[in-house]
Amino acid sequence: MTDLLQLLVFGIVFGSILTLGAIGVSLIFGILRFAHFAHGDMMTVGAYFALIFVAQIGWPIYLALPAAMIGAALLAILIDQTVYRRLRRTAPVILLISSFGMALLLRAAVQLIWGTDNQVYQPGINVPYVVFDIRIKPDHLVIVGASVILVFAFHLFLKMTRMGKAMRAMSDNVDLARVSGIDSERVVIWTWVIGGALAAAAGVLLALDTRLNPQLGWNVLLPVFAATIVGGIGRVYGAIAGGMFIGIATELSTAVILPAYKPAVAFTLMVLVLILRPRGLVRGMN
Amino acid sequence: MTAVLEVADVRGGYGGADILNGTDLRLGEGEIVVIIGPNGAGKSTLMKAVFGLAVIRSGSVSFFGRTITGMRADQVAKLGMSYVPQERNVFASLTVNENLEMGAYLRDDDFGPQIERIYELFPPLKERRRQQAGTLSGGERQMLAMGRALMLDPKLLLLDEPTAALSPRYAAETFERIREINALGITILMVEQNARQALEHADRGVVLVMGENRFEAPGPELLANREVAEMYLGG
Repeated sequence: MTDLLQLLVFGIVFGSILTLGAIGVSLIFGILRFAHFAHGDMMTVGAYFALIFVAQIGWPIYLALPAAMIGAALLAILIDQTVYRRLRRTAPVILLISSFGMALLLRAAVQLIWGTDNQVYQPGINVPYVVFDIRIKPDHLVIVGASVILVFAFHLFLKMTRMGKAMRAMSDNVDLARVSGIDSERVVIWTWVIGGALAAAAGVLLALDTRLNPQLGWNVLLPVFAATIVGGIGRVYGAIAGGMFIGIATELSTAVILPAYKPAVAFTLMVLVLILRPRGLVRGMN
Repeated sequence: MTAVLEVADVRGGYGGADILNGTDLRLGEGEIVVIIGPNGAGKSTLMKAVFGLAVIRSGSVSFFGRTITGMRADQVAKLGMSYVPQERNVFASLTVNENLEMGAYLRDDDFGPQIERIYELFPPLKERRRQQAGTLSGGERQMLAMGRALMLDPKLLLLDEPTAALSPRYAAETFERIREINALGITILMVEQNARQALEHADRGVVLVMGENRFEAPGPELLANREVAEMYLGG
């Protein structure tokens, strides 16, 4: 029982990270209609941005995290305006393939700049709290706390602001959004701001839980996509449910099968959900 | 007098073969004009072309004397023209109130009073203001679609088959509402399958066939025209 609860803790931590990535993938799909393959590597770049602030300037992680998010948001806009924007009028599959190329490019850049070795934000042992035999590291609390705050802030943005509502409107019905006078290019830019910033947050938190390396985000792209699809791609609230579901389920699965199969578990769950509930776990919410 | 809308010899469609083959149309201020015609005649395409959603290969469209040929839809909306598509004309996952807010997206002023006016025009919407638009009945959805289009206080309203999915009772009610909207000083151009009923409420009717206008006359006159009645009004 204790083992299962321990795995549940790991699952919630992993799920919090996946959720932040999945929201971006889902949002980008909802607005731009393509699966953004460079999202994992955007996470990696964000994680390394934070390393600059932590290692070079000596900022604590709670300052480095928002700084990295801003950096990644700017990078995402830059990538969109120089590469994706020109391809937007072509078929979505061309955007998908070009984002795959962008993934390789970002990873190569990370390797060139920061090298291929594992790195950490802060060396030393993260001494866990022990509650009823369950070990919870301080970093775990930071990860879950940061994720909850960011998801809640994003929720408020979607529900309360004019741009947030325009985003939901555009993801619901592009033609009608245009007819209503919604400036789609501005919505697209905001989509990248949010997608990029949340990806960076996911990357930083993942690096906090494990280590920084150039494969960091690429390694979790599969579970992030699984979370997005389980939640019903294009539905950002579904992405939250999907992220937690995939995170917890894959960690719990290690009680019975080898941890090396975790990505396969995520994928199997995705296929099962697609067969049983093709429109995703969460119904009716965009 | 400058026409509200003037379409001159427009040819175009969706990039493939032309659907509009030299269509002309002129709308005076305060008019209700109905476009009727067989399926595939280009009725909806004409509206989309006016609103910048279809490709115009040649010819011109002007709005209060200003050329708007090939302008983007959001720019056309800014000039004071609104469009209600036939299908998927509400944001299904947004609430009724949010749909109206999106209709006012281009407004920088306080549009609260305008929302209240829409609720006065369509009282059932007010009760459902917090409900998702996807849960509304067909009639309510049509009201919301029109309400959204009215949020910008347009001078011209384009309606693509506003009664297509409605029961006869709701259809009659919708035509009444369209009249009320028109009484506010808004010029109306609509496409209708429900041709007879629509013509009764219209100042003028235009028969569009193969992307060209065939007949154009005041509503009652078109209704009385035997050729039109036989061919396009189902005898």
